[in-house]
Amino acid sequence: MIRLSIPVRQALAKLTLPVLIAAAFGLMLLGKADTVVAERVRMALGDALTPIYALLAEPVARLHDVADSARHVLTLASENARLREENEQLRKWQAIALALDAENSTLKANLHWIPDPTPNFVTARVVADAGGVYARAVLLSAGPNHGITKGQIALDDRGLVGRVTEVGARSVRVLLLTDINSRIPVTLESSHGRAILTGTNGPRPRLAYWTEGLRPVEGERVVTSAEADAFPAGLPVGTVHYTAQNVPEVEPVARLDRLEIVRLFDYGLHDVLAPEASVARPAERRR
Amino acid sequence: MAERTPGVRPRPSLRRRLDITARCSFPGATTALLLLLAAGPLGLPGQAELQCALVLGCVFFWSLFRPASLPPLLVFGLGVLSDLLGYSPIGVSVLVLLLVHGLAMLWRRELAQQGFLLLWLAFVAVAAGAAALQWALTSLLTFQLLPAGPAVFQAVLSAGLYPLLAVVLARAHATVAEPARA
Repeated sequence: MIRLSIPVRQALAKLTLPVLIAAAFGLMLLGKADTVVAERVRMALGDALTPIYALLAEPVARLHDVADSARHVLTLASENARLREENEQLRKWQAIALALDAENSTLKANLHWIPDPTPNFVTARVVADAGGVYARAVLLSAGPNHGITKGQIALDDRGLVGRVTEVGARSVRVLLLTDINSRIPVTLESSHGRAILTGTNGPRPRLAYWTEGLRPVEGERVVTSAEADAFPAGLPVGTVHYTAQNVPEVEPVARLDRLEIVRLFDYGLHDVLAPEASVARPAERRR
Repeated sequence: MAERTPGVRPRPSLRRRLDITARCSFPGATTALLLLLAAGPLGLPGQAELQCALVLGCVFFWSLFRPASLPPLLVFGLGVLSDLLGYSPIGVSVLVLLLVHGLAMLWRRELAQQGFLLLWLAFVAVAAGAAALQWALTSLLTFQLLPAGPAVFQAVLSAGLYPLLAVVLARAHATVAEPARA
């Protein structure tokens, strides 16, 4: 080790902080100039942490279950009454759905309808929130050789969740549709009008750029649109809800605040890549 | 610290030296561990803000009371880890934490002698500044005006969490993290 005189050492010690602050600015510029390096380091860290988080998730989930069941015991009677009522209604809907399904299949048979190919999908467990303060994303644990690629579409058991933005060796990051960088082309189901669903980082994304004269109607269902070839048509997204300020928002059908299992579908659509969560990448998107 | 008092004493044994090293690395190691834990699947609402609040409180406390165990380089490393785990643009937390560390070092002499209430008030100001700076830098680096709500929440959470954190850290500071007790 080099021996330095005391004044030199003191001067060096005083210089460390300003030099490191300058280095922090340098790091910011570097991260902005080359987002690939930052993404690679981040996914490497994610790969390393995912197995640990997957282990940790089990007892935490059990704790949540215990708390949930304790809460359910308290509301058992009222919950039971509500479910009975809902069950009655769903039975009616089931009858209608079965009749429509039968009718639909006979119509398709008469028309010689070519069915859509069923897409491949991979199911993965959500291990951690990967959004930070200013983004909405989740980290999934995927086995090695998972074959997941950027731009694949994530759905939970109810509807659209988001898109894959970063892929590591054992982990995958999915940008949620509520993220501020998320833009999803959608169709309003009853009016067949088109619109863009823009995330706000809040729980409900907003509708924008709808077709002139086809204003979204309260309670209307919203599904994805195949425009721009980023999504297949018809995936359920949510229902329209107007805020007090008369802004149309969409209440997502997917349970984005408590995601556990997510399916990643490969529709073979890679024309438009999903945006980055924290950093916009024009170079990637231009491809 | 015992090492600073003059006098001749035998070379400490390996076990004792390991003990001293462990106690000296306690602040950095526990802060990093807290960061990793807060990024885990705890399912808490506002977990991202909690992560920022924890690392800010820890860095402020240890910079004030044990700067020898939290050199600027370690603060830099914690900042990088916080940026990677918190998915903010790389460098933002690094700068914020280094500035907090620098401020704490600057005010060390005055603040360490004050009562807890004044210390807490100082931290409230630091937390507000840190959240505002983080918001501004993230907005600047992502080229969009981000909603300010999370920044306010982060500042309030940091300020509210600090007394609790300070109690735990002060206990640790006097017991398990004290090299003189090795």
